[in-house]
Amino acid sequence: MKADKPELLVPAGSVEEAVSFIKAGADAVLVGEDKYGMRLPGECSLDDIRRIAEFAHAHQAKVYVSINNLVSNELLAELEPYIQGLQEAGADAVQFGDPAVLRAAQKAAPEMALHWNAEMTSTNYATANYWGSKGASRVVAARELNMDEITGMIPNLQIEAEVQVHGITNIYHSKRALVASYMNHQGRPVEGNNLGKDRGLFLIEAERQDEKYPIYEDANGTHIMSSDDICILEDLHLLMEAGVHSFKIESLLKPTAYTIAVIKVYRQAIDAYAADPECYAFQESWMEQIRRLQDPERELSFGFYYKEQVY
Amino acid sequence: MSTLEHHKPKYTGKRYRLDKPELLAPAGNLEKLKFAIHYGADAVYIGGQKYGLRSNADNFSFEEMREGVEFAKKYGAKVFVATNIYAHNEDLEGIEEYLRNLYEAGISAIIAADPIIVDTAKRVVPNLEVHLSTQQSTINWQAVQYWKEEGLPRVVLGREASLEEIAEIKKHVDIEIEAFIHGAMCSSYSGRCVLSNHFTDRDSNRGGCCQSCRWKYDLFEDAREQTWISEEEAAEDRVLQQFQLGTTQVPLFAEEDNAFTMGSKDLCMIQNVPDLIDVGVDSFKIEGRMKSIHYVATVVNAYRRAIDAYMADPDNYVLKPEWVEEINKAANRPLNTGFFYDTPDHEDHIYEPEEKAAPYDFAGLVMAYDAETGMATVQQRNHFKPGQEVEFFGPGDTFFKQVVGTLYDEDGSEIDAARHPLQLVKFKVDQPVQYFDMMRKKK
Repeated sequence: MKADKPELLVPAGSVEEAVSFIKAGADAVLVGEDKYGMRLPGECSLDDIRRIAEFAHAHQAKVYVSINNLVSNELLAELEPYIQGLQEAGADAVQFGDPAVLRAAQKAAPEMALHWNAEMTSTNYATANYWGSKGASRVVAARELNMDEITGMIPNLQIEAEVQVHGITNIYHSKRALVASYMNHQGRPVEGNNLGKDRGLFLIEAERQDEKYPIYEDANGTHIMSSDDICILEDLHLLMEAGVHSFKIESLLKPTAYTIAVIKVYRQAIDAYAADPECYAFQESWMEQIRRLQDPERELSFGFYYKEQVY
Repeated sequence: MSTLEHHKPKYTGKRYRLDKPELLAPAGNLEKLKFAIHYGADAVYIGGQKYGLRSNADNFSFEEMREGVEFAKKYGAKVFVATNIYAHNEDLEGIEEYLRNLYEAGISAIIAADPIIVDTAKRVVPNLEVHLSTQQSTINWQAVQYWKEEGLPRVVLGREASLEEIAEIKKHVDIEIEAFIHGAMCSSYSGRCVLSNHFTDRDSNRGGCCQSCRWKYDLFEDAREQTWISEEEAAEDRVLQQFQLGTTQVPLFAEEDNAFTMGSKDLCMIQNVPDLIDVGVDSFKIEGRMKSIHYVATVVNAYRRAIDAYMADPDNYVLKPEWVEEINKAANRPLNTGFFYDTPDHEDHIYEPEEKAAPYDFAGLVMAYDAETGMATVQQRNHFKPGQEVEFFGPGDTFFKQVVGTLYDEDGSEIDAARHPLQLVKFKVDQPVQYFDMMRKKK
């Protein structure tokens, strides 16, 4: 019996990336601007989004836009015109974390689909259903949930679930400019303050010499990222069995070619499972295709899928 | 920069409220609750056995909550309970019963972050107030408006909100605004940090935070020439090789430099109380459920006097240096003014090795005073002996220094030192004291 295919979603940093990701097998791309969105691989203007939407819709793919940063008073007045612009450009959904964005979207584009993404604080099905009752059609689950928590959510959810299956995750977000502050403290201010994600900055903690934690600054503050890349490919069938609606491959801080290769692998796995769930088997060769391109200084891991956490 | 030493221009916004703001203090246990209230807190917040973010604190049982509420009532004070975790599936069962128990224990409000806890409370205990926790990092007026429409009478803003932003929020929304005004701060947006989860498998958003932001890190730049893989290269097997050949990490520090850290100085607004009142902050929140009795009493007492003085006569208000001195006697870290005036910069983080904790110790608690003999009965809280200089202080302006004279035990026998924790000792004091007054000494 054939199974419903989960969506394969990938953030894209430019029109070119979005097009190549869709060609490689992505069902949806996530785009936006740092001003409204958060931790995107690059910025796409409204005009870019229009072009991406045209291509995507011609290829049965969707375009989602991130408006899930922490909203200041200053940004409020710009939300409604922006969301109206997104609707005109053909965006299929908006990701929000702040209730101000929810309200603005409902006013500016009542038909627009809304995905609730509160990053590490989207942790249970009941809260997801709460946002569902307010108009959200999807929850983006926190990366810190384990396999049982994720699969246990699905039967209780009244809305769709999106889960990250591959790539880097954010582990700390501050409004403070922490790298610039540190360099100033040392008396070595950074010229032009370029401390962005192309700079290749990372932290090492004294007792974890093998772990490199990328750190960068942008308009939304300082972001510290995981030292490993999630890869749940081997157990993707568990998520497909459970009925997760959308699989996200994070492309942040990765070369386009790497992401394309990863998309192709997950595409094969999803298609193979959908064609015949009973005979589906994970292929070691899929992992090989990812390992070939994997930065040897970044471990491929199961993230929190099989980690026991205490508190 | 927002370090205390720098002069700050007075905020000149319109004053939105003429009633006195609430002074809200942390109470890690029943004893701390009593001191916080006796020293002037209008309300305290505590943690129960579940759903709080301080799993290491000795949290309150329902029985202790009832006792705390009884004590608070005598002072006209309120007790709030922090239920501000982000719940996982497994935490959902039991929320209703827990909230009912809180309400029956006489709690005035819960402080919640997870909307499902907010929503459940509205349904199950409609008469229990719900305050939105700072863990939601709410910093704009439309989000505040949303929570007002959801029935919440109060929002605790994110610590990133400036005075100007608070004024804007107060202008648009008629709701109580609570702001942290003193104590340790997350340097991240609250709730948006899982360093603990990654470093120690402890879930920060359920109370397991191990303060990894205060650890030391080395900052490097990746100088690998080839981090970009072209599609052609990806098609061939040249990629791994390139990664390995090019690996270099360039340190962005010299050997003598301090390490990188996210650790922030502690917030202190004792010099800026009028600005907070003028801008319309309804509740002044002090951080620190894990802090000592001495800390809580000292900090509460200082803010109590500043708030009362300003409200009594705003035009002739003068900051008293002793309020600042008192705060410094209890301070654990260097202080600053957070985000109220400016986004924190390099002067607002603690790169230098951390100094030892507060410069003063809580030496003893006054249990009784005999006006005829001038003898005080003091419960020992830290070692002290004759000849040492000590300070007595109590709620309000009660304050004097003296040298400890002859010490007696409970039976009236002379002793050479107060050595034992909670031991009752007697000695002559220079001025009248009373139960609940405290005695501190320099470390």
